[in-house]
Amino acid sequence: MSAHTAAATLDPVTLAVLKGRLEQIADEMDATLYRSAFNPIIAEAHDACHGLYDANTGDTLVQGKSGLPVFVGAMAFAVRAAARVAQERGGMVDGDTWLFNDPYEGGTHANDFKLVRPFFRHGQLFCYLASAAHWHDVGGAVPGNYNPAATECWQEAVQIPPVRIVRQGQLDGDVLAILRANTRLPDSLWGDLNGQLSALELGIKRLDGLLDEYGDAVVLQAMGELRKRALVLMRAHIQNLPDGRYSFEDVLDNDGVKDELLTIALDMTVKGDRLTLDFSRTSLQCAGPVNISRATAVAACYVALKHVFPDVPANAGVLDAVDFVLPDGLVITAERPRPVGGYTETILRMIDVIFSATALADPNRAVAHAYGTINALSIAGHRTDAARKGQRWVMFSFFGGGHGGHSTGDGLSHSNAPISTATIPPLEILEAAYPVRFTEWSLRPNSGGDGTHRGGLGAVYEIELLEESAEAFIFGERGKAAPKGIAGGSNALPNVFSYQHEGQWCQPPMVSKMLGIHLKKGERVRLETPGGGGWGPAANRDTAARAHDVAQGFVSDSNTTSSKVKP
Amino acid sequence: MSTQQPVTPHLVVGVDVGGTFTDLFVLDERDGSARIVKVPSTRGEEARGFMNGVVRVSEGNAPTATTGDAAKAGVAATLATIVHGTTVGTNALLERKVARTGIITTRGFRDVLEMRRRDRPQTWGLRGSFTPVVPRDLRLEVDERVLADGSLHTSVDLAQVRAQTQALLDAGCEAVCVFFINAYANPINEQQAVAAVRAMWPNPYVTSASEVLPEIREFERCSTATLNAALQPVVGSYLAKLEDDLRNQGFSGELLIVQSNGGVMSRETACDVPVRTALSGPAAGVIACAAVARASGFSNVITGDMGGTSFDVSLVAEGEASLAAQTSIEFGLVVRSPMIQIETIGAGGGSIASVDPSGMLQVGPESAGSIPGPVCYGRGNTRPTVTDANVVLGRIAADRPLGGGLLQALDAKAAELAIQTHVATPLGLDMLAAAEAMLTVANAKMAGAIRVVSIERGHDPRQFAYMPFGGGGALHVCAMMREVGVTTGIVPRYPGVTSALGCVMADMRHDAVQTLNKSLLDLDLAQLTARLAHLAEACQKRLDSAGVRFERVQEVVSLDMLYMGQTHTLQVPLNPADISRESIQAAFEKTYAASFGRVLTGMAIRVMNLRYARIGVRPKFDLAVLAPKGTGSSASLGVQRVYHAGQWWDAQRYARLDLPVGAQVAGPAILEQADTTVWLEPSFYARVDTLGNLLVERNAP
Repeated sequence: MSAHTAAATLDPVTLAVLKGRLEQIADEMDATLYRSAFNPIIAEAHDACHGLYDANTGDTLVQGKSGLPVFVGAMAFAVRAAARVAQERGGMVDGDTWLFNDPYEGGTHANDFKLVRPFFRHGQLFCYLASAAHWHDVGGAVPGNYNPAATECWQEAVQIPPVRIVRQGQLDGDVLAILRANTRLPDSLWGDLNGQLSALELGIKRLDGLLDEYGDAVVLQAMGELRKRALVLMRAHIQNLPDGRYSFEDVLDNDGVKDELLTIALDMTVKGDRLTLDFSRTSLQCAGPVNISRATAVAACYVALKHVFPDVPANAGVLDAVDFVLPDGLVITAERPRPVGGYTETILRMIDVIFSATALADPNRAVAHAYGTINALSIAGHRTDAARKGQRWVMFSFFGGGHGGHSTGDGLSHSNAPISTATIPPLEILEAAYPVRFTEWSLRPNSGGDGTHRGGLGAVYEIELLEESAEAFIFGERGKAAPKGIAGGSNALPNVFSYQHEGQWCQPPMVSKMLGIHLKKGERVRLETPGGGGWGPAANRDTAARAHDVAQGFVSDSNTTSSKVKP
Repeated sequence: MSTQQPVTPHLVVGVDVGGTFTDLFVLDERDGSARIVKVPSTRGEEARGFMNGVVRVSEGNAPTATTGDAAKAGVAATLATIVHGTTVGTNALLERKVARTGIITTRGFRDVLEMRRRDRPQTWGLRGSFTPVVPRDLRLEVDERVLADGSLHTSVDLAQVRAQTQALLDAGCEAVCVFFINAYANPINEQQAVAAVRAMWPNPYVTSASEVLPEIREFERCSTATLNAALQPVVGSYLAKLEDDLRNQGFSGELLIVQSNGGVMSRETACDVPVRTALSGPAAGVIACAAVARASGFSNVITGDMGGTSFDVSLVAEGEASLAAQTSIEFGLVVRSPMIQIETIGAGGGSIASVDPSGMLQVGPESAGSIPGPVCYGRGNTRPTVTDANVVLGRIAADRPLGGGLLQALDAKAAELAIQTHVATPLGLDMLAAAEAMLTVANAKMAGAIRVVSIERGHDPRQFAYMPFGGGGALHVCAMMREVGVTTGIVPRYPGVTSALGCVMADMRHDAVQTLNKSLLDLDLAQLTARLAHLAEACQKRLDSAGVRFERVQEVVSLDMLYMGQTHTLQVPLNPADISRESIQAAFEKTYAASFGRVLTGMAIRVMNLRYARIGVRPKFDLAVLAPKGTGSSASLGVQRVYHAGQWWDAQRYARLDLPVGAQVAGPAILEQADTTVWLEPSFYARVDTLGNLLVERNAP
């Protein structure tokens, strides 16, 4: 990069223009993958991300607007991991694309395949382009890989270290063959991989065009400047919070293996314009798959801070004003081979405690807890009709819930998780693709926490099996401790999963996680998801708003307090 | 002119009702002459402004009319056809001033409308909210169920349907939507329920979701159909009043309405499916641009409509406007029906500039709108807008009446102060540099929107001409050309009345869809042909209902297809004369390769939807009637000082409409006309083509 020379200062106008142009490149990469992806978790749920990353540090320079928020923080680790391995093998070469799913180095979980492509200008590494996307099935013990009983990473998924899927422009058929052999859905995998490669190709073309237009030095300078501005904004926001130490802790139901609560504890210190997030009092790493790696933990903090301060640009500058205390060996700094497949649940809890701690500092800044679990539900089996006899089917989806109340209004009902911008597949699409029938798809009354501003409502989904038999599993959370209100608001209702067995409704022994649920034709599973927590004392709720809630059936008239549990 | 002859209707009038003005474009079929009428809009009472315009049309047409037979016949007697672009429906949705509406739906699914697709309005912040058009207590359930394969699981309980219908009537509902799960695959239950509801409902405002949109995806279908139901009384009564008023004034011709797809429909159809008027006005504008550009020899054009709060971009490739499958009126208000693809960003004349705490300059999306409007309007806003920057930089002359006499003069001093305080001082720039910076940032945003609509569709914007319209577009034409790399800008002769012009030009068009959801191997080709014939017949009936003469009728047929396992479909053209598995597969692979650069051989292919459009081509008038007549005048009106690229320039001022065909103007220049101002930057030049359009190009380097 030193070959390029830059003017002393970049004018604010060029900077504003380049900010939009760079974001557009990432947005276009996102759009390319969504349109071409095979699996609905990418195409509909947008569980993917694209961005530009620093040539030296791997830090996020730019990320697309529609990508999965949690990847912003994690991708920097992924790029670094690929760069390090490449270094050992002769360095990054133009035209190569590295691929891997190692969650300990690259963050998140093994379903997320990260592709890292070096971008060269005039023979020199200028920056990285990367693409991450959730593949439908990558081996392991259960279809879809959310194995609530896993105790080692190999029971969750095939483990692929950084390897070259493309060498100097040529797809490596050997690597592809290994990938295809390690999935239950090879065509889906091939389609998704293709989409990611196309997205990177497009990104290279667009970035080349931009650099030709503005000059390498000016664009590089803009990237640096944008990061600096994010830091300045973050510092200004932190400065506005009163100095002090704000502590909050919350729990996970269990790790799916041992039925014990796990604590996520935060001591947040505001001092001037710096923020310290100290998670030292958090539980130790556990046997089951709710561990997360350090990269994922940092990514979770990033997402939480972006929600609290939404106007700060999405780049690494957000984290430059923050000090982390993340000791080794915790459930949030787990190491190989601790299973990490259920990473979403743990980071949602980290986000919750950051919201609550921020509310202690300034109740108007934070939003009450959202529903706090992605509720990964899989129903799978084999077709028995003549035309498709023996064909395997896997319906795997995530479900929604309510958002928390906030200083400016009630929470949004039935929304997506704070770590994601995923939409839910239409039930008619699911019914057309799989032998199931939804018997209910509705809002869940009373599920939002009461408050001056009520939490949004969760949902009820009830699904009946139409095939002879199937096997289901659920990977959820918030079955024991409900999402919490803030600033005096009440808690939401907790998550409830039920299934029918021999004519009886049953619930999992470990509440929100269970493997091997056998369903026969006509039997149902039922998810009642949490709403969001309330904001402010319930006593201050507007009378008209309360009457409206009753008239609409958002709360039942016999019991206008949706939860007895106070935070 | 004799007043003894009975009046023969001879005028075709396009009427676009905007937020500030109602524009009328009047074509006289006797001699092919055209003219324009502009009257103030009457918000909330649109029919009155409309009729005021019609009165003005008749005054201009026959000065003696008030004393002759025409007076007895009424002022509208000379009008043969009226084509109307309306935002009545869209405004009603945005302001939630729709009819009290109920939903009758499958047991277990009353909340589909409110649950949406589990989305949120903004990625960051988690402070979104949503109010459905039909509240929960008016969404009632009945026992019935059809499965995804179309098989009947539970017959509809008509006693329950009647009870729920009564409950909705008792609750004061004026309109109702019947929406059953999977009715796209088999509408039998829904049809029976609709018949039962219609038997009891005291008015025609009963919408069947699978009639409006027989397409898979329950939320999109429910939302589209519900909005349709809620709009029926609003749009229906508006159009009925309009038609009444027109008939009372002697109108004996046809009243046609522009749809979001850029085609027109009869009043009856508009009352049945008012949801199709969602983008009525803007769609008409794009249709006009396409026609104007085509006539000037440009079949590829990107249009940019700059108004007070937004900038709308559309793309016309090979003479055809791009269509989108659906749009959101706002968060959660989804309308799914083919419509002109319009990318809207918050960058208009009223967009407010600010500097955030990190020193980043931002323009929009916050807007001062037209009320209170820019600082220079002097109506209380103190934060600088794009229009304010254009005023202080001399692009808009402060002493010129703006908005057709709405404002006699502009307060340039107040604009300067606002820019100094809110932009220049925080950025450490002088006031003029700050004003220019505002325009640069706004231009970059608008150019970004142009790139999005072109690049996402696989087009290179540099191979397109750029056509600005709306009040503000022409001020930024050179900037857009520079930013995007376009070689030709086309400023139409009347940029401010483009939508009204489009009304007169639009063809009649009806779209229909039917979900098939079959693998290509299992597709029943005979049934496909039969369905096609059915859709053709239904659409022809709609065409016939308008009583309009067509030059010819054409159809556009396509299939939404995908590889088995994908969820996003590609629209693949289908030749109805050549329906075979091989030809369908070949067409899909061609489309797929064009979109993604590769074909995935060996993968099974699925056919999701059949799409059908039937177009009644209306006779076209010669756009040359718009061209300037005679020798006109190319004389400069004087010099105007304009600040550009860091210095003051002496720009020549011209009366744009006086320039004759072939006239050439070199930048820097300001070309003025009643409804817009063209800013021609230094090193750009413009010439008037044979149709009166201004073709803008850059000097050869």
